[in-house]
Amino acid sequence: MAGIRPAFIFPVAIFLSSVAIFAIYLYQVGIEGKVVSDLPSALINKPAPTFNLPPIDSKGAGFSSKQLAGKVSLVNVWASWCPPCRAEHPQLMRLAREGVTIYGINYKDTPAAARAFFTELGNPFKSNGADRSGRVSIDWGVYGYPETFVIDRRSHIRYRHVGPISADDISNKIYPLLESLGK
Amino acid sequence: MIPEIGQFSLVLALLVALAQGTVPLIGAARCWGDWMALAGTAANVQFLLVITAFACLTQAYVVSDFSVANVAHNSHTLKPLLYKISGVWGNHEGSMVLWVLILALFGLAVAQFGDNLPPSLRARVLAIQGLIGAAFLAFILFTSNPFLRLDPAPLEGKGLNPILQDPGLAFHPPFLYLGYVGFSMAFSFAVAALIEGRVDPAWARWVRPWTLAAWCALTVGIALGSWWAYYELGWGGWWFWDPVENASFIPWLVGTALLHSAIVVEKRDALKSWTVLLAILAFSMSLLGTFLVRSGVLTSVHTFASDPERGVFILGLLLLVIGGSLTLYAIRAPALKGGGLFAPVSREGALVFNNLMLTTAAAVVLLGTLYPLILDAVGGGKVSVGTPFYNATFVPLMIPVLLACTVGAMLSWKRADISGVLGRLKLAFTGVMIVIVTAGYILGITELLAALGFGVAAWLVLGSAVELGDRIGLLRLSPGATLRRAVGLPRATWGMAIAHGAVGIMVAGITASTAFRTESIQLMRPGEDITVAGYNLRFDGATAIRGPNYTAARGLFTVRKNGEIVTILTPEKRQYPAEGSNTTEAGIRTTIVGDLYAVLGERASNGAWSTRIYFNPLVAWIWAGAILMAVGGMVSLTDRRYRVGAPKPAQSRPAKPAPGTAEA
Repeated sequence: MAGIRPAFIFPVAIFLSSVAIFAIYLYQVGIEGKVVSDLPSALINKPAPTFNLPPIDSKGAGFSSKQLAGKVSLVNVWASWCPPCRAEHPQLMRLAREGVTIYGINYKDTPAAARAFFTELGNPFKSNGADRSGRVSIDWGVYGYPETFVIDRRSHIRYRHVGPISADDISNKIYPLLESLGK
Repeated sequence: MIPEIGQFSLVLALLVALAQGTVPLIGAARCWGDWMALAGTAANVQFLLVITAFACLTQAYVVSDFSVANVAHNSHTLKPLLYKISGVWGNHEGSMVLWVLILALFGLAVAQFGDNLPPSLRARVLAIQGLIGAAFLAFILFTSNPFLRLDPAPLEGKGLNPILQDPGLAFHPPFLYLGYVGFSMAFSFAVAALIEGRVDPAWARWVRPWTLAAWCALTVGIALGSWWAYYELGWGGWWFWDPVENASFIPWLVGTALLHSAIVVEKRDALKSWTVLLAILAFSMSLLGTFLVRSGVLTSVHTFASDPERGVFILGLLLLVIGGSLTLYAIRAPALKGGGLFAPVSREGALVFNNLMLTTAAAVVLLGTLYPLILDAVGGGKVSVGTPFYNATFVPLMIPVLLACTVGAMLSWKRADISGVLGRLKLAFTGVMIVIVTAGYILGITELLAALGFGVAAWLVLGSAVELGDRIGLLRLSPGATLRRAVGLPRATWGMAIAHGAVGIMVAGITASTAFRTESIQLMRPGEDITVAGYNLRFDGATAIRGPNYTAARGLFTVRKNGEIVTILTPEKRQYPAEGSNTTEAGIRTTIVGDLYAVLGERASNGAWSTRIYFNPLVAWIWAGAILMAVGGMVSLTDRRYRVGAPKPAQSRPAKPAPGTAEA
């Protein structure tokens, strides 16, 4: 047998280090209960950012941080061009029907496309702010689209959900939290 | 009763697989013929047992036996028969049984057709297959038993996820697994060769057809999946760089590299340890894909219901299979002596270049898939890696491969005359220039990249055509002589030209459908019409229809071109009450120049419907190209050198050599 040469050990070394990382990750997911789709937010339990967004169309109300005070509400960051937003939309419609206040931040969209989105799928939002430059979404620490925040009466962010909301998310996370905040 | 027979068969199969994985290995080490001969018998028995288990599970699905938990969770009495059967592998447990069935099928193939292999190699290959089988059977029995009973049995099942109830997806997993598991053959041969300490052209001649067959199946599987995503998800897209898509694409890239490097081992007795490594990696990547999809460490649209406990088991399995084989590689591979030398500019050199680029591309896709996971595991926060990353890394790696492919295929072995080859490609090059200039003229200078994309496509198609024309003496010899040469040309050459040309067709489809897609989203009242890409579509309203297990709104579009009715499109929005979810069925008219693609959206309060109409130019070329690639692979598989049966000892003596004699 020829001696072992470093170049030939390389593949197994790379492999073992990736196994170590998988193991750490599985430990975090399995034992520590880390949720893969959970994203930490630096803003949890902090006041929502201050902003004032114009409406999507020239008419109607926009969306500003003042509107958040005094009630429990959801803030949903969405865009008509984002397929997961479309997938999530029926759940937002359901929440709105069931009396939950939802505000929208319409990210980098055109009025026409946003309007067409509403005529197609319905409008669950109490009011919408058009974030054409994307600056306000950055203030919210938005990472992907859609994202949904739960805001308490003191305008503090209590929960952040990244990606589309499913019916399970609503019954397991959003409603329990809304209950505890005294909807 | 029948599910218990299935479960018992799986337990027996595990025991047989353990015997198959140990006894022949000892036999081969000690040169005990009868111990080695056990491998073939065990492989036959294992196949019978696993197919019995699979048949039992299928029976439970067909008769809707909801006392079996797996059936209750994934089936429904109203489901059409096709989806009752495809439901068997539409869930984690059942798909693992299919996985093991295909593994056993490959084992059976070696046992049946492997008579011309040296007995010790055959025994060892089957033993490795047995060990893989044992690991997966243990995984099924201990963490994902498909035959668990429910008491009391529910009256009705929960149904299969409606987006999986589709003919394209019914056959997507079997092809994918044929590919994944097919690479286990190359893997078993590689590990067996490392144990034997010998890799020779006869070995490569055995490995290559198996790899080629697996590769063809994987190509078809990926194409089916992409086609399904295209017409079912209702967005007109066909590839999303989703982790699960990547999990099938990485083994495909490595497998493609292996396919090419095995040729060098076979013809020139060089690149041995590299080829062995690729054979290990191709299967390792298939296993890694399985781990990623089923352990819950990655989130994706089509992950199975996952469970960290399964993740731990699969991780242990990966450690054993991949870690074990790579360690064996580290110890034994340095002893593999390379044979033929070659100059950088030669067929071998071109294949090395192909291998470097394809494996780098595979590494890039792997990195893009795992990077978010790695960063999160070490507490680095969450990131997402999307299409821009792959456009910036994968595409630039592919372009040189595609450009070199045509030249490389014409280079001669050992040392090649590059100027001679370029001279022969003059015709193809002229054709490419005409395509680029014409495309640039029609599309305008702003679409320069697209024009270049068409140039690459033309280069591959014309290059392959020139190569073929050259070989058969087209226009140079009389038609009769050309025909005789065409018939006499090795099928492998035909296969190569078809597959390389097919890549060109695919590139044209990708370029056109990415750069020139037309999209129109609007509200339409019945009777209104709209014109998209020269087609006039009149919306004739939507009607409610009932399917076997769904209700749907079916829209009616009368499509006219130049005033003449060309077709009627009927996109549907389906509701599946059992599963409580909806699907979109796009209405598609496919032509060679492009797809007219209509989707019915929601009904607005005023009676109008939202509709989305797309025109996707040349999009069908993508799947046509993929299928043609697989056809090329299959043509190559029928090459004389594989039919004749390769390895030397058996050629003169068709009778089975006495066990233990051919290998000293």
